[in-house]
Amino acid sequence: MDEIRMIAPTGVLGSGYLKESLDAGLKLKPHFIGVDAGSTDPGPHFLGTGTCAFSKQAYKRDLTPLLLGTRSLSIPLAIGSAGTAGGEIQLQWAFDIVKEIAADNNLHFKIALIHAEQRKDYLISQLKAGKIKPLKPELPISEAVITRSEHIVAMMGAEPYMQALKEGADVILAGRSSDPAIFAAFCMQKGYDPGLAWHAGKILECGTAATVFRKRPDCILAYLHKDHFIVEPLDPDARCSPQSIAAHSFYENYDPFYIQESSGLLDISQASYQAVSDRAVKVSGSKFVPQTPPTLKLEGAEFAGYQSVLIGSIRDPIIIRQIDSWMTRLKEKAAERIAELYPAPHAREGITIFYHVYGKDGTMGPLEPVRETLSHELCLIVEVTAGTQEIATTIAGSIRHIALHLPVPEWSGIITGLATPFSPPYIERGAIYRFNLNHVLEVENPLEAFQIEMISI
Amino acid sequence: MPRKLMEMTTLIRSKNAGPFVMSFDIMFDDAAKYRHVKNSNVLNQQLFSELYNIPRDQVHFVSSDAAMAFKISIPRPIPAGDLGCTDMHAGQQYSPLLDIEIPD
Repeated sequence: MDEIRMIAPTGVLGSGYLKESLDAGLKLKPHFIGVDAGSTDPGPHFLGTGTCAFSKQAYKRDLTPLLLGTRSLSIPLAIGSAGTAGGEIQLQWAFDIVKEIAADNNLHFKIALIHAEQRKDYLISQLKAGKIKPLKPELPISEAVITRSEHIVAMMGAEPYMQALKEGADVILAGRSSDPAIFAAFCMQKGYDPGLAWHAGKILECGTAATVFRKRPDCILAYLHKDHFIVEPLDPDARCSPQSIAAHSFYENYDPFYIQESSGLLDISQASYQAVSDRAVKVSGSKFVPQTPPTLKLEGAEFAGYQSVLIGSIRDPIIIRQIDSWMTRLKEKAAERIAELYPAPHAREGITIFYHVYGKDGTMGPLEPVRETLSHELCLIVEVTAGTQEIATTIAGSIRHIALHLPVPEWSGIITGLATPFSPPYIERGAIYRFNLNHVLEVENPLEAFQIEMISI
Repeated sequence: MPRKLMEMTTLIRSKNAGPFVMSFDIMFDDAAKYRHVKNSNVLNQQLFSELYNIPRDQVHFVSSDAAMAFKISIPRPIPAGDLGCTDMHAGQQYSPLLDIEIPD
Protein backbone atom coordinates (compact mmCIF):
# COMPACT_ATOMS: atom_id res chain seq x y z
CA MET A 1 0.00 0.00 0.00
CA ASP A 2 1.78 3.18 -1.12
CA GLU A 3 -0.81 5.57 0.25
CA ILE A 4 -3.38 5.46 3.04
CA ARG A 5 -6.50 7.51 2.58
CA MET A 6 -8.44 7.91 5.81
CA ILE A 7 -11.48 9.95 6.72
CA ALA A 8 -12.69 11.47 9.95
CA PRO A 9 -16.35 12.32 9.34
CA THR A 10 -16.65 14.69 12.32
CA GLY A 11 -14.89 15.82 15.46
CA VAL A 12 -17.29 14.03 17.77
CA LEU A 13 -19.81 11.35 16.91
CA GLY A 14 -23.33 12.71 17.36
CA SER A 15 -22.47 16.30 16.43
CA GLY A 16 -23.14 15.68 12.72
CA TYR A 17 -21.48 15.99 9.31
CA LEU A 18 -22.63 16.66 5.76
CA LYS A 19 -23.76 13.48 4.00
CA GLU A 20 -22.48 14.99 0.71
CA SER A 21 -18.99 15.33 2.21
CA LEU A 22 -18.96 11.70 3.32
CA ASP A 23 -20.22 10.55 -0.10
CA ALA A 24 -17.48 12.58 -1.80
CA GLY A 25 -14.95 10.93 0.50
CA LEU A 26 -16.27 7.42 -0.16
CA LYS A 27 -15.79 8.00 -3.92
CA LEU A 28 -12.07 8.47 -3.24
CA LYS A 29 -11.96 4.83 -2.04
CA PRO A 30 -10.63 5.44 1.47
CA HIS A 31 -8.89 2.62 3.33
CA PHE A 32 -10.21 3.51 6.75
CA ILE A 33 -12.76 5.66 8.56
CA GLY A 34 -12.32 6.60 12.19
CA VAL A 35 -14.39 8.74 14.51
CA ASP A 36 -13.86 10.00 18.02
CA ALA A 37 -16.94 9.95 20.23
CA GLY A 38 -15.55 11.09 23.52
CA SER A 39 -14.45 14.02 25.59
CA THR A 40 -14.26 15.17 29.17
CA ASP A 41 -15.46 18.59 28.00
CA PRO A 42 -19.16 17.98 28.74
CA GLY A 43 -18.10 17.46 32.36
CA PRO A 44 -18.10 14.71 34.98
CA HIS A 45 -21.85 14.02 34.79
CA PHE A 46 -21.45 11.60 31.88
CA LEU A 47 -18.73 9.42 33.40
CA GLY A 48 -20.52 9.60 36.75
CA THR A 49 -23.90 8.50 35.44
CA GLY A 50 -22.86 6.35 32.46
CA THR A 51 -24.86 8.47 30.03
CA CYS A 52 -23.96 10.00 26.67
CA ALA A 53 -23.84 13.73 25.87
CA PHE A 54 -25.63 12.99 22.57
CA SER A 55 -28.92 11.19 22.07
CA LYS A 56 -29.58 7.80 20.48
CA GLN A 57 -31.15 9.61 17.52
CA ALA A 58 -27.98 11.67 16.99
CA TYR A 59 -25.81 8.52 17.11
CA LYS A 60 -28.09 6.65 14.71
CA ARG A 61 -28.07 9.47 12.18
CA ASP A 62 -24.27 9.78 12.25
CA LEU A 63 -23.46 6.06 12.46
CA THR A 64 -25.81 4.71 9.77
CA PRO A 65 -24.02 6.18 6.71
CA LEU A 66 -20.64 5.29 8.27
CA LEU A 67 -21.60 1.62 8.74
CA LEU A 68 -23.21 1.41 5.28
CA GLY A 69 -20.29 3.19 3.60
CA THR A 70 -17.49 1.20 5.24
CA ARG A 71 -19.28 -2.13 4.68
CA SER A 72 -19.90 -1.31 1.00
CA LEU A 73 -16.14 -0.73 0.54
CA SER A 74 -15.17 -3.53 2.99
CA ILE A 75 -12.91 -1.19 4.96
CA PRO A 76 -12.59 -0.92 8.74
CA LEU A 77 -14.53 1.61 10.80
CA ALA A 78 -13.23 2.51 14.26
CA ILE A 79 -15.20 4.42 16.89
CA GLY A 80 -13.29 5.58 19.97
CA SER A 81 -14.52 6.66 23.42
CA ALA A 82 -18.06 5.44 22.78
CA GLY A 83 -20.83 7.34 24.54
CA THR A 84 -18.75 10.39 25.62
CA ALA A 85 -16.84 8.91 28.59
CA GLY A 86 -16.14 5.48 27.12
CA GLY A 87 -17.22 3.53 30.22
CA GLU A 88 -18.86 0.12 30.12
CA ILE A 89 -22.49 1.33 30.23
CA GLN A 90 -21.82 3.76 27.38
CA LEU A 91 -20.00 1.11 25.34
CA GLN A 92 -22.97 -1.24 25.64
CA TRP A 93 -25.40 1.60 24.85
CA ALA A 94 -23.50 2.42 21.66
CA PHE A 95 -23.23 -1.30 20.81
CA ASP A 96 -27.02 -1.59 21.02
CA ILE A 97 -27.34 1.26 18.50
CA VAL A 98 -24.82 -0.40 16.16
CA LYS A 99 -26.75 -3.69 16.37
CA GLU A 100 -30.01 -1.91 15.65
CA ILE A 101 -28.55 -0.22 12.55
CA ALA A 102 -27.10 -3.56 11.41
CA ALA A 103 -30.48 -5.26 11.82
CA ASP A 104 -32.37 -2.44 10.05
CA ASN A 105 -29.98 -2.59 7.08
CA ASN A 106 -29.24 -6.33 7.00
CA LEU A 107 -25.53 -5.73 7.64
CA HIS A 108 -23.27 -8.50 8.90
CA PHE A 109 -19.76 -7.93 10.18
CA LYS A 110 -17.18 -8.77 12.79
CA ILE A 111 -17.09 -6.18 15.55
CA ALA A 112 -14.45 -5.75 18.23
CA LEU A 113 -15.70 -4.29 21.50
CA ILE A 114 -12.77 -2.93 23.46
CA HIS A 115 -13.56 -2.39 27.13
CA ALA A 116 -11.90 0.50 28.97
CA GLU A 117 -13.69 0.60 32.32
CA GLN A 118 -11.40 -0.59 35.11
CA ARG A 119 -12.16 -2.90 38.00
CA LYS A 120 -11.62 -1.23 41.36
CA ASP A 121 -9.83 -4.25 42.88
CA TYR A 122 -7.35 -4.22 39.98
CA LEU A 123 -6.69 -0.50 40.42
CA ILE A 124 -6.31 -0.85 44.20
CA SER A 125 -3.73 -3.60 43.70
CA GLN A 126 -1.90 -1.41 41.18
CA LEU A 127 -2.02 1.53 43.59
CA LYS A 128 -0.47 -0.63 46.34
CA ALA A 129 2.20 -1.73 43.87
CA GLY A 130 3.08 1.92 43.21
CA LYS A 131 1.89 1.77 39.62
CA ILE A 132 -0.49 4.75 39.80
CA LYS A 133 1.34 8.06 39.43
CA PRO A 134 -0.02 11.61 39.71
CA LEU A 135 -0.05 14.13 36.89
CA LYS A 136 -0.01 17.89 37.43
CA PRO A 137 -2.01 19.50 38.95
CA GLU A 138 -1.74 16.76 41.52
CA LEU A 139 -4.91 15.30 43.07
CA PRO A 140 -4.98 13.11 46.18
CA ILE A 141 -5.23 9.37 45.60
CA SER A 142 -5.93 6.53 48.02
CA GLU A 143 -7.81 3.29 48.17
CA ALA A 144 -10.82 5.32 49.37
CA VAL A 145 -10.74 7.55 46.27
CA ILE A 146 -10.86 4.48 44.04
CA THR A 147 -13.56 2.81 46.12
CA ARG A 148 -15.88 5.81 46.13
CA SER A 149 -15.56 6.45 42.38
CA GLU A 150 -18.68 5.68 40.37
CA HIS A 151 -16.67 4.71 37.30
CA ILE A 152 -13.00 4.75 36.34
CA VAL A 153 -11.80 4.37 32.77
CA ALA A 154 -8.30 4.02 31.40
CA MET A 155 -7.42 5.72 28.14
CA MET A 156 -6.18 3.20 25.59
CA GLY A 157 -3.47 3.95 23.08
CA ALA A 158 -3.12 2.50 19.60
CA GLU A 159 -2.21 -1.06 20.64
CA PRO A 160 -5.73 -2.40 21.42
CA TYR A 161 -6.96 -1.04 18.06
CA MET A 162 -4.01 -2.66 16.26
CA GLN A 163 -4.75 -5.95 17.99
CA ALA A 164 -8.44 -5.78 16.99
CA LEU A 165 -7.47 -5.02 13.36
CA LYS A 166 -5.04 -7.94 13.44
CA GLU A 167 -7.85 -10.19 14.63
CA GLY A 168 -9.87 -9.14 11.59
CA ALA A 169 -12.34 -6.64 13.05
CA ASP A 170 -14.52 -4.90 10.45
CA VAL A 171 -15.81 -2.48 13.04
CA ILE A 172 -14.07 -1.44 16.25
CA LEU A 173 -16.22 0.04 18.98
CA ALA A 174 -13.95 1.08 21.82
CA GLY A 175 -14.27 2.58 25.26
CA ARG A 176 -12.11 5.50 26.40
CA SER A 177 -9.34 6.08 23.90
CA SER A 178 -6.69 8.59 23.04
CA ASP A 179 -8.35 10.48 20.19
CA PRO A 180 -5.43 10.28 17.70
CA ALA A 181 -4.88 6.57 18.50
CA ILE A 182 -8.06 5.70 16.59
CA PHE A 183 -6.28 6.77 13.38
CA ALA A 184 -2.65 6.15 14.29
CA ALA A 185 -3.38 2.47 14.96
CA PHE A 186 -4.53 1.73 11.40
CA CYS A 187 -1.51 3.55 9.89
CA MET A 188 1.04 1.86 12.14
CA GLN A 189 -0.55 -1.52 11.54
CA LYS A 190 0.12 -0.93 7.85
CA GLY A 191 3.75 -0.15 8.66
CA TYR A 192 3.67 3.64 8.32
CA ASP A 193 5.89 5.99 10.30
CA PRO A 194 4.53 6.43 13.86
CA GLY A 195 5.35 10.16 13.97
CA LEU A 196 3.27 10.88 10.87
CA ALA A 197 0.57 8.41 11.96
CA TRP A 198 0.09 10.10 15.34
CA HIS A 199 0.30 13.60 13.93
CA ALA A 200 -2.26 12.82 11.19
CA GLY A 201 -4.50 11.27 13.86
CA LYS A 202 -4.12 14.35 16.03
CA ILE A 203 -5.32 16.58 13.20
CA LEU A 204 -8.11 14.28 12.00
CA GLU A 205 -9.68 13.55 15.37
CA CYS A 206 -11.30 16.98 15.57
CA GLY A 207 -12.81 16.79 12.07
CA THR A 208 -12.97 20.20 10.45
CA ALA A 209 -11.67 21.97 13.57
CA ALA A 210 -8.34 22.25 11.69
CA THR A 211 -9.88 24.25 8.82
CA VAL A 212 -9.44 27.99 8.34
CA PHE A 213 -13.00 28.87 9.26
CA ARG A 214 -15.01 26.01 10.73
CA LYS A 215 -18.60 26.62 9.65
CA ARG A 216 -19.88 23.27 10.98
CA PRO A 217 -18.66 19.82 12.11
CA ASP A 218 -17.75 17.90 8.95
CA CYS A 219 -15.46 15.41 7.20
CA ILE A 220 -11.71 15.74 6.75
CA LEU A 221 -9.39 13.47 4.75
CA ALA A 222 -5.72 12.58 5.09
CA TYR A 223 -3.47 11.01 2.45
CA LEU A 224 -0.60 9.35 4.30
CA HIS A 225 2.67 8.59 2.51
CA LYS A 226 6.01 7.25 3.68
CA ASP A 227 7.50 10.64 4.52
CA HIS A 228 4.58 13.07 4.70
CA PHE A 229 0.82 13.37 4.79
CA ILE A 230 -1.67 15.72 3.18
CA VAL A 231 -4.83 16.97 4.88
CA GLU A 232 -7.85 18.29 3.04
CA PRO A 233 -11.48 18.92 4.05
CA LEU A 234 -14.13 17.17 1.96
CA ASP A 235 -16.59 20.06 1.77
CA PRO A 236 -15.42 22.07 -1.30
CA ASP A 237 -16.29 25.28 0.54
CA ALA A 238 -13.94 24.47 3.43
CA ARG A 239 -10.15 24.79 3.33
CA CYS A 240 -7.02 24.12 5.35
CA SER A 241 -4.01 26.44 5.36
CA PRO A 242 -0.51 25.77 6.71
CA GLN A 243 -1.33 28.05 9.62
CA SER A 244 -4.71 26.43 10.37
CA ILE A 245 -3.02 23.01 10.53
CA ALA A 246 -0.04 24.23 12.56
CA ALA A 247 -2.35 26.13 14.87
CA HIS A 248 -4.61 23.14 15.41
CA SER A 249 -1.96 21.50 17.58
CA PHE A 250 -2.55 24.38 20.01
CA TYR A 251 -6.20 23.57 20.51
CA GLU A 252 -7.03 21.81 23.80
CA ASN A 253 -3.42 20.69 24.26
CA TYR A 254 -1.18 21.47 27.20
CA ASP A 255 1.76 22.03 24.88
CA PRO A 256 1.59 22.66 21.11
CA PHE A 257 4.79 20.74 20.25
CA TYR A 258 4.96 17.76 22.61
CA ILE A 259 1.86 15.64 22.97
CA GLN A 260 1.93 12.83 25.51
CA GLU A 261 0.50 9.49 24.44
CA SER A 262 0.39 6.25 26.40
CA SER A 263 3.37 4.69 24.66
CA GLY A 264 5.46 7.76 23.94
CA LEU A 265 5.67 11.40 23.02
CA LEU A 266 4.53 12.94 19.75
CA ASP A 267 7.12 15.60 18.92
CA ILE A 268 5.94 18.04 16.26
CA SER A 269 8.37 20.81 17.15
CA GLN A 270 10.21 20.24 13.85
CA ALA A 271 7.12 19.58 11.72
CA SER A 272 6.72 21.64 8.58
CA TYR A 273 3.53 22.68 6.84
CA GLN A 274 3.27 23.52 3.15
CA ALA A 275 0.27 24.45 1.04
CA VAL A 276 -0.23 22.01 -1.86
CA SER A 277 -3.37 23.80 -3.05
CA ASP A 278 -5.55 26.57 -1.66
CA ARG A 279 -7.29 23.99 0.56
CA ALA A 280 -4.81 21.14 1.19
CA VAL A 281 -1.68 21.11 3.36
CA LYS A 282 1.34 18.82 3.33
CA VAL A 283 2.84 17.93 6.72
CA SER A 284 6.24 16.35 7.34
CA GLY A 285 8.90 16.14 10.01
CA SER A 286 6.72 14.80 12.84
CA LYS A 287 8.41 12.38 15.22
CA PHE A 288 7.23 9.83 17.74
CA VAL A 289 9.54 9.04 20.63
CA PRO A 290 8.60 5.74 22.30
CA GLN A 291 8.69 5.65 26.09
CA THR A 292 8.61 2.75 28.52
CA PRO A 293 6.82 1.72 30.57
CA PRO A 294 3.55 2.61 28.85
CA THR A 295 1.33 4.88 30.98
CA LEU A 296 -2.45 4.85 30.69
CA LYS A 297 -4.30 7.99 31.71
CA LEU A 298 -7.05 7.32 34.24
CA GLU A 299 -10.33 9.22 34.45
CA GLY A 300 -12.65 8.84 37.40
CA ALA A 301 -15.86 10.44 38.62
CA GLU A 302 -17.30 10.40 42.12
CA PHE A 303 -20.56 11.52 43.69
CA ALA A 304 -20.36 15.10 44.98
CA GLY A 305 -23.87 15.59 46.41
CA TYR A 306 -27.35 16.57 45.32
CA GLN A 307 -27.90 20.00 43.94
CA SER A 308 -30.66 22.60 43.73
CA VAL A 309 -30.18 25.81 41.83
CA LEU A 310 -32.02 29.10 42.29
CA ILE A 311 -32.18 31.60 39.42
CA GLY A 312 -33.34 35.20 39.84
CA SER A 313 -32.57 38.69 38.63
CA ILE A 314 -32.26 42.19 40.00
CA ARG A 315 -33.26 45.38 38.14
CA ASP A 316 -33.47 47.98 40.93
CA PRO A 317 -30.46 50.37 40.56
CA ILE A 318 -30.48 50.97 44.32
CA ILE A 319 -29.82 47.29 44.98
CA ILE A 320 -27.36 47.01 42.08
CA ARG A 321 -25.19 49.86 43.35
CA GLN A 322 -24.87 48.11 46.72
CA ILE A 323 -24.72 44.59 45.32
CA ASP A 324 -21.59 43.60 47.28
CA SER A 325 -23.10 44.49 50.67
CA TRP A 326 -26.48 43.09 49.57
CA MET A 327 -24.77 39.77 48.79
CA THR A 328 -22.92 39.82 52.12
CA ARG A 329 -26.23 40.32 53.97
CA LEU A 330 -27.90 37.61 51.90
CA LYS A 331 -25.12 35.15 52.74
CA GLU A 332 -25.27 36.03 56.45
CA LYS A 333 -29.06 35.61 56.63
CA ALA A 334 -28.82 32.36 54.67
CA ALA A 335 -26.22 30.99 57.13
CA GLU A 336 -28.46 31.96 60.08
CA ARG A 337 -31.45 30.22 58.52
CA ILE A 338 -29.44 27.07 57.76
CA ALA A 339 -28.30 26.98 61.41
CA GLU A 340 -31.96 27.21 62.49
CA LEU A 341 -33.03 24.47 60.09
CA TYR A 342 -30.15 22.13 60.90
CA PRO A 343 -28.99 22.92 64.44
CA ALA A 344 -26.75 19.86 64.78
CA PRO A 345 -23.38 20.67 63.16
CA HIS A 346 -23.11 17.17 61.63
CA ALA A 347 -26.41 17.77 59.80
CA ARG A 348 -24.81 20.74 58.04
CA GLU A 349 -21.82 18.74 56.81
CA GLY A 350 -21.66 18.53 53.07
CA ILE A 351 -23.69 21.69 52.52
CA THR A 352 -21.85 23.84 49.95
CA ILE A 353 -23.29 27.05 48.55
CA PHE A 354 -21.93 29.14 45.68
CA TYR A 355 -23.42 32.50 44.74
CA HIS A 356 -22.82 33.60 41.15
CA VAL A 357 -23.69 37.19 40.19
CA TYR A 358 -23.94 37.47 36.41
CA GLY A 359 -23.53 40.97 35.09
CA LYS A 360 -20.82 41.42 37.70
CA ASP A 361 -18.38 38.52 37.87
CA GLY A 362 -20.47 35.44 37.09
CA THR A 363 -18.11 34.04 34.47
CA MET A 364 -14.71 34.64 36.05
CA GLY A 365 -15.53 34.99 39.76
CA PRO A 366 -12.59 36.33 41.80
CA LEU A 367 -10.40 36.42 38.65
CA GLU A 368 -12.64 39.08 37.09
CA PRO A 369 -10.56 42.26 36.72
CA VAL A 370 -13.62 44.54 36.29
CA ARG A 371 -14.79 44.92 39.89
CA GLU A 372 -17.56 47.52 39.46
CA THR A 373 -20.54 46.44 37.38
CA LEU A 374 -21.89 48.82 34.75
CA SER A 375 -24.92 46.64 34.09
CA HIS A 376 -28.48 47.85 34.62
CA GLU A 377 -29.54 44.35 35.64
CA LEU A 378 -27.91 41.38 37.31
CA CYS A 379 -28.65 37.67 37.35
CA LEU A 380 -28.21 35.72 40.56
CA ILE A 381 -27.61 31.99 40.44
CA VAL A 382 -27.34 30.23 43.77
CA GLU A 383 -25.91 26.73 43.61
CA VAL A 384 -26.73 24.63 46.68
CA THR A 385 -25.20 21.18 47.12
CA ALA A 386 -26.03 18.87 50.03
CA GLY A 387 -26.10 15.23 51.02
CA THR A 388 -29.74 14.82 50.00
CA GLN A 389 -31.94 16.49 47.43
CA GLU A 390 -34.36 17.44 50.19
CA ILE A 391 -31.73 19.42 52.11
CA ALA A 392 -30.48 21.13 48.91
CA THR A 393 -34.01 22.17 47.96
CA THR A 394 -34.89 23.26 51.50
CA ILE A 395 -31.92 25.62 51.48
CA ALA A 396 -32.51 26.90 47.93
CA GLY A 397 -36.12 27.64 48.91
CA SER A 398 -35.00 29.49 52.03
CA ILE A 399 -32.44 31.57 50.13
CA ARG A 400 -35.11 32.49 47.60
CA HIS A 401 -37.33 33.83 50.33
CA ILE A 402 -34.55 35.73 52.08
CA ALA A 403 -33.33 37.29 48.79
CA LEU A 404 -36.87 38.16 47.74
CA HIS A 405 -37.46 40.46 50.68
CA LEU A 406 -33.94 41.43 51.75
CA PRO A 407 -34.25 45.04 52.96
CA VAL A 408 -32.13 47.94 51.70
CA PRO A 409 -31.79 51.10 53.80
CA GLU A 410 -33.00 53.39 50.98
CA TRP A 411 -36.47 51.82 50.87
CA SER A 412 -38.80 51.65 53.89
CA GLY A 413 -41.42 48.89 54.05
CA ILE A 414 -41.24 45.41 52.60
CA ILE A 415 -39.69 45.16 49.15
CA THR A 416 -39.47 42.37 46.62
CA GLY A 417 -35.96 42.68 45.29
CA LEU A 418 -35.55 39.52 43.24
CA ALA A 419 -37.35 38.53 40.04
CA THR A 420 -37.65 34.76 39.69
CA PRO A 421 -38.71 33.47 36.27
CA PHE A 422 -39.77 29.92 37.16
CA SER A 423 -42.17 28.02 39.37
CA PRO A 424 -40.82 26.25 41.29
CA PRO A 425 -38.15 28.94 41.51
CA TYR A 426 -35.40 26.37 42.06
CA ILE A 427 -34.25 23.60 39.75
CA GLU A 428 -33.46 20.22 41.26
CA ARG A 429 -30.35 19.03 39.43
CA GLY A 430 -30.20 15.63 41.08
CA ALA A 431 -26.91 13.86 41.78
CA ILE A 432 -23.75 15.81 40.89
CA TYR A 433 -20.36 14.27 40.16
CA ARG A 434 -16.78 15.47 40.08
CA PHE A 435 -13.69 14.29 38.25
CA ASN A 436 -11.45 12.83 40.93
CA LEU A 437 -8.37 11.43 39.18
CA ASN A 438 -5.52 13.07 37.33
CA HIS A 439 -3.23 10.07 37.24
CA VAL A 440 -1.62 7.51 35.00
CA LEU A 441 -1.41 3.77 35.43
CA GLU A 442 1.94 2.23 34.55
CA VAL A 443 1.60 -1.06 32.74
CA GLU A 444 4.00 -3.64 31.35
CA ASN A 445 1.86 -4.27 28.30
CA PRO A 446 -0.34 -1.55 26.77
CA LEU A 447 -3.00 -4.19 26.10
CA GLU A 448 -3.28 -5.43 29.65
CA ALA A 449 -6.00 -3.09 30.92
CA PHE A 450 -8.29 -3.55 27.91
CA GLN A 451 -10.30 -6.64 27.11
CA ILE A 452 -11.03 -7.14 23.41
CA GLU A 453 -14.24 -9.00 22.64
CA MET A 454 -14.82 -10.18 19.05
CA ILE A 455 -18.49 -10.60 18.08
CA SER A 456 -20.07 -11.53 14.76
CA ILE A 457 -23.30 -9.76 13.91
CA MET B 1 1.10 54.72 20.54
CA PRO B 2 0.75 51.45 22.41
CA ARG B 3 -1.74 49.05 20.87
CA LYS B 4 -4.08 46.60 22.49
CA LEU B 5 -3.28 42.91 22.04
CA MET B 6 -6.73 42.22 20.55
CA GLU B 7 -6.03 44.69 17.73
CA MET B 8 -2.88 42.84 16.69
CA THR B 9 -4.13 39.24 16.79
CA THR B 10 -6.48 37.08 14.71
CA LEU B 11 -7.60 34.98 17.65
CA ILE B 12 -7.38 35.02 21.42
CA ARG B 13 -9.10 32.07 23.04
CA SER B 14 -9.19 29.90 26.14
CA LYS B 15 -10.19 26.25 26.48
CA ASN B 16 -9.76 23.24 28.73
CA ALA B 17 -6.79 20.97 28.18
CA GLY B 18 -8.44 18.21 30.20
CA PRO B 19 -10.64 18.92 33.24
CA PHE B 20 -7.84 20.35 35.41
CA VAL B 21 -5.94 22.65 33.07
CA MET B 22 -6.96 25.66 31.01
CA SER B 23 -5.00 26.84 28.06
CA PHE B 24 -4.80 30.16 26.22
CA ASP B 25 -3.97 30.58 22.53
CA ILE B 26 -2.91 33.95 21.15
CA MET B 27 -2.65 33.83 17.36
CA PHE B 28 -1.47 36.11 14.56
CA ASP B 29 -1.62 36.10 10.78
CA ASP B 30 1.12 38.66 10.38
CA ALA B 31 4.74 37.70 11.10
CA ALA B 32 5.75 41.30 11.86
CA LYS B 33 2.99 41.76 14.43
CA TYR B 34 3.76 38.39 16.01
CA ARG B 35 7.46 39.22 16.24
CA HIS B 36 6.73 42.68 17.60
CA VAL B 37 4.62 41.22 20.41
CA LYS B 38 7.19 38.50 21.08
CA ASN B 39 10.06 41.02 21.22
CA SER B 40 8.07 43.34 23.48
CA ASN B 41 8.27 40.63 26.18
CA VAL B 42 4.96 41.82 27.60
CA LEU B 43 3.51 38.32 27.38
CA ASN B 44 5.34 36.15 29.88
CA GLN B 45 4.88 33.82 32.84
CA GLN B 46 4.77 36.70 35.31
CA LEU B 47 1.84 38.37 33.52
CA PHE B 48 -0.26 35.20 33.61
CA SER B 49 0.74 34.57 37.20
CA GLU B 50 -0.69 37.98 38.12
CA LEU B 51 -3.79 37.93 35.89
CA TYR B 52 -4.87 34.47 36.94
CA ASN B 53 -3.54 34.48 40.49
CA ILE B 54 -1.38 31.39 40.30
CA PRO B 55 2.27 30.74 41.17
CA ARG B 56 4.61 31.66 38.34
CA ASP B 57 6.16 28.19 38.22
CA GLN B 58 2.75 26.73 37.32
CA VAL B 59 2.51 28.82 34.15
CA HIS B 60 3.52 26.83 31.07
CA PHE B 61 4.46 29.37 28.39
CA VAL B 62 5.37 28.50 24.79
CA SER B 63 5.75 30.59 21.66
CA SER B 64 5.75 29.13 18.16
CA ASP B 65 7.29 31.03 15.27
CA ALA B 66 5.90 28.51 12.73
CA ALA B 67 2.33 28.90 13.95
CA MET B 68 2.82 32.60 14.83
CA ALA B 69 1.21 31.97 18.16
CA PHE B 70 1.66 31.89 21.92
CA LYS B 71 0.32 29.17 24.13
CA ILE B 72 -0.07 29.38 27.87
CA SER B 73 -1.39 26.58 30.10
CA ILE B 74 -2.30 26.97 33.77
CA PRO B 75 -4.26 24.93 36.34
CA ARG B 76 -8.00 25.70 36.36
CA PRO B 77 -9.17 27.54 39.51
CA ILE B 78 -11.90 24.88 39.95
CA PRO B 79 -11.89 21.58 38.00
CA ALA B 80 -14.39 21.41 35.13
CA GLY B 81 -17.87 20.62 36.42
CA ASP B 82 -16.91 20.59 40.10
CA LEU B 83 -18.95 22.53 42.67
CA GLY B 84 -18.69 26.28 42.04
CA CYS B 85 -17.43 25.88 38.47
CA THR B 86 -18.82 28.59 36.20
CA ASP B 87 -17.06 27.78 32.93
CA MET B 88 -16.90 24.07 32.23
CA HIS B 89 -14.98 24.45 28.97
CA ALA B 90 -12.93 27.39 30.30
CA GLY B 91 -13.97 29.05 27.05
CA GLN B 92 -14.61 32.53 28.48
CA GLN B 93 -11.51 33.12 30.59
CA TYR B 94 -9.47 35.14 28.09
CA SER B 95 -11.02 38.61 28.40
CA PRO B 96 -8.29 40.03 30.68
CA LEU B 97 -5.85 39.49 27.80
CA LEU B 98 -7.70 41.60 25.23
CA ASP B 99 -6.72 45.03 26.48
CA ILE B 100 -3.11 44.27 27.32
CA GLU B 101 -1.05 47.11 25.92
CA ILE B 102 1.86 46.37 23.62
CA PRO B 103 4.30 49.29 23.42
CA ASP B 104 5.34 50.62 20.03
